[in-house]
Amino acid sequence: MELAKKILKILEHDAKISPKAIATMLDTDEDKVQEVLSYLEKEKFILGYNTVINWDRFGENGVEAMIDVKVTPAREVGFNAVAERISRFPEVRSVYLMSGAYDLSVVVAAESLKDIALFVSHKLSTLDEVQSTTTHFILKRYKQDNFIFEKPQEDRRLVISP
Amino acid sequence: MNDMRKYVSKTVQTIPPSGIRKFFDLVSQMGGVISLGVGEPDFVTPWHIREACFYSLEQGYTMYTSNQGLIELREEIALYMRKHIGVTYSPEKEILVTVGVSEAVDLALRAIIEPGDEVLVPGPSYVSYAPGTSLAYGVPVAVDTFVEDEYRLRPDILEKCITPKSKVLILTYPNNPTGGIMKQEDLQALVDLIIKNDLIVISDEIYSELTYNGKHVSIAALPGMKDRTIVFNGFSKAFAMTGWRIGYACGHPDLIAAMNKIHQYTIMCAPIMAQQAALEALRHGESEMRKMVENYNYRRKIILAGLREIGMECFEPQGAFYAFPSIALTGMNSEEFSEKLLMEEKVAVVPGSAFGRTGDDHVRCCYAASVNDIEQALERMGRFLARHRKG
Repeated sequence: MELAKKILKILEHDAKISPKAIATMLDTDEDKVQEVLSYLEKEKFILGYNTVINWDRFGENGVEAMIDVKVTPAREVGFNAVAERISRFPEVRSVYLMSGAYDLSVVVAAESLKDIALFVSHKLSTLDEVQSTTTHFILKRYKQDNFIFEKPQEDRRLVISP
Repeated sequence: MNDMRKYVSKTVQTIPPSGIRKFFDLVSQMGGVISLGVGEPDFVTPWHIREACFYSLEQGYTMYTSNQGLIELREEIALYMRKHIGVTYSPEKEILVTVGVSEAVDLALRAIIEPGDEVLVPGPSYVSYAPGTSLAYGVPVAVDTFVEDEYRLRPDILEKCITPKSKVLILTYPNNPTGGIMKQEDLQALVDLIIKNDLIVISDEIYSELTYNGKHVSIAALPGMKDRTIVFNGFSKAFAMTGWRIGYACGHPDLIAAMNKIHQYTIMCAPIMAQQAALEALRHGESEMRKMVENYNYRRKIILAGLREIGMECFEPQGAFYAFPSIALTGMNSEEFSEKLLMEEKVAVVPGSAFGRTGDDHVRCCYAASVNDIEQALERMGRFLARHRKG
């Protein structure tokens, strides 16, 4: 499990690093890394591999919103049942249970403002457990999943130095 | 234009030009080069350190500091040294904050050397000790170290180089360019010789945090060595702060006072903004620094495995962020190798000859580069070697 943790720490920052390189970094062999990775994937320790993309640079104008949702927890299952239900909508990117003024924070992505409005009014608000929603549209992204949205930066170091 | 060279002092004229200058000019004109030729971290200074510097500027810290440096900084350095190498220095009398270790080494050489005194410089090593010695009117004496000894300084070889004029021994471990280190027993083996010959040790430990298997040991921590050792360290490598030019020297009050005398008349003090940043680095920089070191360690393994895979013999570096593979299998000297590699495959490495006479059948490859760049560079070097293998 110690090895698995080390592998995950490396992949967390860069999913493109090859199993061979990981094996070298951790003084083990490639087959062993492969084996651990397969286990982690199968058992859903690793849920998937995403790419963090700055779509703005591509001229795409999709929208994202963070929606604060107050819900009525249900007997036996608490918030889980409704949270899982909300999670199943494909336009929902993330769902978190929060402490504080509201219960669930739901991140939704869609093509347009209208799509998000429709999602909230038709799908989210109409769920029995949902008491209220507050929608915040994301205006600009500065940093996401450790990456700062900035123009490509060249290596500013001298090419040769002693 | 008049030829003014005759006005340049003989001392400066006789110092050979930097071994990498020509090569640098060549590289600068090319595009698409993957460089393993740098001598500094690929990280930018951690944000909290940069931010602390902005804050101090906002607060109006733009003045001189005491010659020795901010007392708060010296106090933090004292704490750090006690923890890091187990030696206690007085912040008031035994610590001097300088413009990088480079300035500190220059001060020490000038403060100690009489004209004609000999300075023992183990090689391969960083480029400035021999010229620094000459500029202080001393005589650099090269002491060879070899890959067979894992680039440790051997007492028997050192002894052969000692003469009645020997006054200073330079130690520079973890070593640039070899990645060699001196373990406690290796240092201990030198102590008798140093004391018997009444040598002062200048110990440049700038790469000390970048020690990968075990903990760094300073010769100053060995019995009988504190008074005759000046330890040099700084922020450039461990905290990715090369451009800030901030370092320090720790040693006997008499030697530090002598160095401070030169420092106050030539430099006055290290820039206050760099001192403030250094203070932040020591107070709150350890966790970021550990992450960077772990990262170098990963890349150390990648480059070592890669170099060996393409058939280059390479000593496993134990410190710093350089690999120093042998190029003997090509039959080329290091300058020729580096130039051809650059021209044919656009990979920049530094010829080992720049670091002393025993470096010439090696090149220095810095692994403070992204894993992707290292892997690509290795692939190109592999192609290059396949073409140029001797015989």
